[in-house]
Amino acid sequence: MLLQLLKPVVWLLSLTPFLYLLYAVTMAPDILGANPQEYLTHNTGAWSLRFLLITLLMTPLRRLTGWTFPIRIRRMLGLFAFFYVTLHLVIYAGLDLALDWSHLGEDILERPYITVGFTAWLLLIPLAMTSTNAMMRRLGRRWKKLHRLVYLIATLGCIHFIWLVKKDLQEPLIYITIFIVLMLLRLPARSMKSGQAT
Amino acid sequence: MLIKKPSDIKPSEITPPKHYKQRRQFIQSGLGLAGAAMVPGLWLPGDAHAAREKLKGVVKSPLSTSEKPTSYKDVTSYNNFYEFGTGKDDPARNAHTLVTKPWTVKVEGEIDKPGDYHLEDLVKASTLEERIYRFRCVEAWSMVIPWVGISLAELIKRFQPTSKAKFVEFTTLYDPKQMPGQKRQVLHWPYVEALRMDEAMNALSILAVGLYGEVLPNQNGAPLRLMVPWKYGFKNIKSIVKIRFTEQMPKTTWALAGPREYGFYANVNPQVNHPRWSQARERVIGSGSLFTRRKKTLMFNGYEEQVAHLYSGMDLKKYF
Repeated sequence: MLLQLLKPVVWLLSLTPFLYLLYAVTMAPDILGANPQEYLTHNTGAWSLRFLLITLLMTPLRRLTGWTFPIRIRRMLGLFAFFYVTLHLVIYAGLDLALDWSHLGEDILERPYITVGFTAWLLLIPLAMTSTNAMMRRLGRRWKKLHRLVYLIATLGCIHFIWLVKKDLQEPLIYITIFIVLMLLRLPARSMKSGQAT
Repeated sequence: MLIKKPSDIKPSEITPPKHYKQRRQFIQSGLGLAGAAMVPGLWLPGDAHAAREKLKGVVKSPLSTSEKPTSYKDVTSYNNFYEFGTGKDDPARNAHTLVTKPWTVKVEGEIDKPGDYHLEDLVKASTLEERIYRFRCVEAWSMVIPWVGISLAELIKRFQPTSKAKFVEFTTLYDPKQMPGQKRQVLHWPYVEALRMDEAMNALSILAVGLYGEVLPNQNGAPLRLMVPWKYGFKNIKSIVKIRFTEQMPKTTWALAGPREYGFYANVNPQVNHPRWSQARERVIGSGSLFTRRKKTLMFNGYEEQVAHLYSGMDLKKYF
């Protein structure tokens, strides 16, 4: 019973940040403050990184507790990470740059923090595309190899954040610390069952 | 000194009466709120605009732009003032702890009239002018702000600088009790900024004491802040307690914090990008809809006529 509810509940919870933004944009613009484009970009960027880290928490959570539910929702959380990164990019390109393609191209090529962030999004595309059961079966062992890209993607996400901050590194350092902890939690498993994605 | 009127006034930019009326209405309702705030029990904790005080005898300046000013709300709620926190909304929330009365400014260095001056005495000898200036932050956003201030050149002349005075350095208050953001070493406190003497003596340079015809709110740098509109926002040091005249170029806070990213001059320049982001365009705060494009940034923030001569022959890529 509880397990049947698990997925719809997690799905709705994961959508809440988006629904909140939708509410702010359509009904309560005051929430967005003086610089709404910046607010929307930063907000979706933060949720992207949070969902990446939440996704990366699932495997260690399962190992530490023995619960199986983390693995059941891992795919959904990963897809939400892709959803928020895409939203982040769409808002940046569509609203902040107002579809000024030459400006976007220049940003991607010349601003290292945007190059890094854009690369992370590109790398997420194959992961999202191969997230179905059919693709998992078809790719077999190579699926796990491919999906290890998420470690690189999260690293790029952290670099993207720390490079864009003007001076106060406190917030990106919190995310980076959590990311490092999540990676360290994987170490023992790695040495025991070598070669398996965790 | 030659005072040039800005040539950037486009008919479309002149504020229609509708907006004036809205603005006046807004200010009046704001004053109503201030009245309510004085009634015990109705006082809103942390409300930095609780006591809004009108400034008297303010004259308009020909150096003002006719562009539509950014709303009072945006100007007073979206601020960089790290002494009260690094978030844009932190200053409006936290700056109520700053005590601006009484306020003394120490004036020292290469001048004949050093001393500790009461703020009132510094200001009362000068004319209060409304200067509506474009404001361009180094983070690529901009506003149009109706400051009230006094001419910096006039003030400096009264201190009688000696021939050794080549730079003028300003220092912000250091008091972590009043400025809680100073408890963290985000920047090297106290905040220091400086101008070359000829920049300080330019007709555009003012020390601001007001905003929208009223006393400067704490989050905007009360009670006394620099305003040099052709430079990036961070040059415009807030809550000034010391003015020092020097022969050597002073070490300034942001140039120390990131020498590759923030220079001493910090002139608005769309051709010289910040190492991490473009300075070619700016987000105009409070304008249009979510789909409004960024505006092209102008050389010296559109004050080229008044200030370009200060830098003739200088490589602005090197002296950024």
